Amino acid sequence: MEFNVEMKYVLDTMWLLVTGMLVMWMAAGFAMLESGLTQAKNTVTILTKNITVYAFACIMYWVIGYNLMYGEGNAVFGLGLGMSGITNSDHSVLSDFFFQVVFVATAASIVSGAVAERMKYWSFVVFTLVLTALIYPIQGHWTWGGTALGGLLSGFTDFAGSTIVHSVGGWAALAGVLLLGARKGKYPEGGGVRPIPGSNLPLATLGTFVLWLGWFGFNGGSQLALGSKGDVDAVALVIVNTNMAASAGAVAAVIMTQLLYRRIDLSMVLNGALSGLVAITAGPNYSSVGVAGLIGAIGGVLVVFAVPMFDKLKIDDPVGALSVHLMNGIWGTLAVGIFNPEVSFFTLLVGVVVIGVFVFATSFVTWFVIKKAMGLRVSEQEELEGLDRHEFGMEAYPEFRPGFEVG
Amino acid sequence: MKKIEAIIKPHVLDKVRTVLNQAGVEGMTIYEVRGYGRQKGRSELYRGAEYTVDYLPKLKLETVVPDELEDKVIEVIAEAADSGKIGDGKIFTYEVGKAMRIRTRETGSAAI
Repeated sequence: MEFNVEMKYVLDTMWLLVTGMLVMWMAAGFAMLESGLTQAKNTVTILTKNITVYAFACIMYWVIGYNLMYGEGNAVFGLGLGMSGITNSDHSVLSDFFFQVVFVATAASIVSGAVAERMKYWSFVVFTLVLTALIYPIQGHWTWGGTALGGLLSGFTDFAGSTIVHSVGGWAALAGVLLLGARKGKYPEGGGVRPIPGSNLPLATLGTFVLWLGWFGFNGGSQLALGSKGDVDAVALVIVNTNMAASAGAVAAVIMTQLLYRRIDLSMVLNGALSGLVAITAGPNYSSVGVAGLIGAIGGVLVVFAVPMFDKLKIDDPVGALSVHLMNGIWGTLAVGIFNPEVSFFTLLVGVVVIGVFVFATSFVTWFVIKKAMGLRVSEQEELEGLDRHEFGMEAYPEFRPGFEVG
Repeated sequence: MKKIEAIIKPHVLDKVRTVLNQAGVEGMTIYEVRGYGRQKGRSELYRGAEYTVDYLPKLKLETVVPDELEDKVIEVIAEAADSGKIGDGKIFTYEVGKAMRIRTRETGSAAI
């Protein structure tokens, strides 16, 4: 089939822009999911975190992040500011930037759920600035930026970012949670775990569906092209596989919670679907639909075990971000090595470890510095009364609002 | 029989419930309420305009106990709900007329 070169450019550019918009939409999904799974008294805080994290990520990545990741420089990082010096002949550079920036925002928002309900807003923002300006772009330079860190990561492949986006968010979150500590009362003195139920399961479910839809852009757009039969066939497979993995992850969670707890747990089913999505993100383009389902199902099983595991370790994660994004980011990446004969499992393992160590270490140092400089945690009274009143002076669900308030 | 009514801060509920169970109280009703006493509200801003938040979230806990438990119950609730800060709440008691457990039609003290 012949194809006009300009038409290819147009279609490729358009695809990046449209799928980029779908990934942006995932920010709404995160906001609904996180606010649904946390307490009403902290809702304004988590919503503000979600919308500003997206906004800060977009700005910092434009200022320096995109250049660090894709600029000409050395094997470790690229140079330049404000997108200068970056060109692209396959599609519009701006569409490339747009598609990439929404991925950064996704990685950053993973952190907000794990540290919810007890972290100071500004401490979180400062970390986000560092993550989106420096940490994420630098590790991205070694993979999607093409340098393979001077050969150390050659052969490493991650189609849409199980490692590069999701586990990066997960490692950054883990470092933060370890320095932050658990919510008061979550792990009582005598042992055991005290559940702190989410305030709005309809919102959490809506959030999951929104993320599911957005993921068609997240994975579908990562083909980075639409303007050929080969590309569009690949995109179709990617989207079907993405959907299948999510479905399998959800069903796996249904079955596992039914078996383990004799009750299906909606919050686990939601996490299960998301786990399937994270797990397929590393390789939705090569596997058969059946294998995609298998990968997603295993992700759903993993998350059902991961959540109580983190609780046993007294690592408090209100929304399951570590179980979904960190654990399945790793699983999804390694699954490619298991199911794709053209990719070496060992190469992937090296990549997981190198990126993991880098992100965890730099995140830990960043959180540590923030902790020393301004503190991470709100006071005990604030935590008990709810962050919304103290951090923002605003409630998400104000009731009994008399009409005659003193103005 | 006495009805004990306690207005408490929401975050002390678990602690209060535990000490009540220990004191032999087996049932209670909880309401989410808003109110104020001498703990005045606070001034907040919404979209550029200032307003006073007078009504702070509290919980109202009600339980009906035999007469002999009245003083003990008041004491344990106060102990558990005391944070030393303003806004800890108040406790009132009322005389109860008749009582009945619906399922068994037991009346009087047997109903509580």
